[in-house]
Amino acid sequence: MLNEIICTGFGGQGVLTAGKIIVYAAYKKGLKVTWFPSYGNEMRGGSANCNVVLSDQRIASPYVNHPDTLIELNCPAVDRFEPAMKPGGYFFINSSLLDPAREFRGDITVIRTPVTEIAQNLKNEHAANICMLGQWVRVLEQFSKDEFLRCMGEYFDQLGKGKYNARNAEAFEAGYAFV
Amino acid sequence: METMLLKGNEALAEGAVRGGCRFYAGYPITPQSEILEYMSWRQNEVGGSFIQGESEIASVNMVFAATALGARALTSSSGPGFSLKQEGIAYWVSAGMPAVVACVSRYGIGDGFIGPGQDNYWQAVKGGGNGDYHLLVLAPNSVQENMDMAYESFELAEKYMHPVLILSDATIGQMLEPCTAPPMKEYDKDKAPWALKGTPIGQKNKVITDMTYNQDIDEWNRDYIRKMRLIMETEQRWEEISVPDADVVFVAYGISSRIAEGAVRLGRERGLKLGLIRPITLWPFPRKAFARLSDSVKGLVTVELNMMGQMREDVILASHWRCPAYSVTTAQRIPEVEQLVCFAESVLNGSAVEEEVF
Repeated sequence: MLNEIICTGFGGQGVLTAGKIIVYAAYKKGLKVTWFPSYGNEMRGGSANCNVVLSDQRIASPYVNHPDTLIELNCPAVDRFEPAMKPGGYFFINSSLLDPAREFRGDITVIRTPVTEIAQNLKNEHAANICMLGQWVRVLEQFSKDEFLRCMGEYFDQLGKGKYNARNAEAFEAGYAFV
Repeated sequence: METMLLKGNEALAEGAVRGGCRFYAGYPITPQSEILEYMSWRQNEVGGSFIQGESEIASVNMVFAATALGARALTSSSGPGFSLKQEGIAYWVSAGMPAVVACVSRYGIGDGFIGPGQDNYWQAVKGGGNGDYHLLVLAPNSVQENMDMAYESFELAEKYMHPVLILSDATIGQMLEPCTAPPMKEYDKDKAPWALKGTPIGQKNKVITDMTYNQDIDEWNRDYIRKMRLIMETEQRWEEISVPDADVVFVAYGISSRIAEGAVRLGRERGLKLGLIRPITLWPFPRKAFARLSDSVKGLVTVELNMMGQMREDVILASHWRCPAYSVTTAQRIPEVEQLVCFAESVLNGSAVEEEVF
């Protein structure tokens, strides 16, 4: 089993964090994991992404050239990463910021979720990344909802941000529920 | 044994602390600043000292002083910051100080960039400062090795009374992987035989300086070259992946070796017999790995984040031109696994070219 993921968005949208939560959950499940960040010199507003590799075997390269899963929270990244995707891959897109007329390759599955809107409706705009993780867990079923929520809570606890766990869980559930 | 998810730089810092490091002095520079940041609170926790020096030059000399007092002391840097430390490191060598320096390499000449590079191989492996020396150079290729090498680096340095360089890179330093932390080592700096501790009036005091000042130079030279030869003979380390039946063998360290390992796997899936020699010590270079190579090898291919194929020279020396030696050099770009497999194919079909750049 080898799962190569890129999480991408603007700096400040929490894409590096989304990748770290995935890595933490997979690590807790006993998988081999790597996470590698890439961002410009300006952190907020510039483009940011992280490469995540999950495997049941020793991981060679931590770089993802051809993702099987792409999680994106902004538009420019769509054009940049779509051509590199593996056929049969899953493209999780923030449809709140997407041109509805945009067309995609036929050999990938595109999952549109208006995560910015969902997060705004919860008055928790910064949690669009967490909403997207909810959708990702529901569609790919690599983790059960409860398992992932528990790992996410633990992850934030360790950072001393456990007080936001209920709010984050709410965002996760809302993303998970969107069909 | 605790397992945790850490960035490579944090693992290096924690490994050093668990290996007995109780003095850290450094100056911030990307991509190694997490080492400094981590030490700023961690040394406080374990009763050690942390100093952000006013410069790299100050920091390297503070580490000289702390080591002279018996402490296990570390400094770290990257790029031009590592260049600034070279004078100080040459003084460590001359004084026979078992201090440790980590360089988290970034690409570029002069100021350069913040991404990974292997273009300071020559600087790291061939000396760096003035005079006749190599450092003992360890090249981690995972977060776990960052931890483990930092952990053992002080004992290795003390074994030979010679400085150790941990040559990591921006990717290994910035990436997150699980790693297992070894137990905290007990170390008493006051029991270090070389430590300066003050001398009662009337007794001859110990001096730590360029050893050539207070010892016969020929005598010093003889001991020194004996030590360097012993290190060369004893400390060569490497990892081999699928080498015995390989037609093409990659040679790569650090982040490049991870990509090369991916290329070996992909090549084997396609029926190509590829292998990898990964130097773990860069000095001493693992010559013994090349002495054992089968005569059927059609080419050795270094994979390097530089332009000149710096390590290729060492591969040629180690293999005595027994087979062609090529370099895939990608400068500031990380090679793709596919690209390395394609190059191996070109070696097998005879279209690859050995290029000299120096």
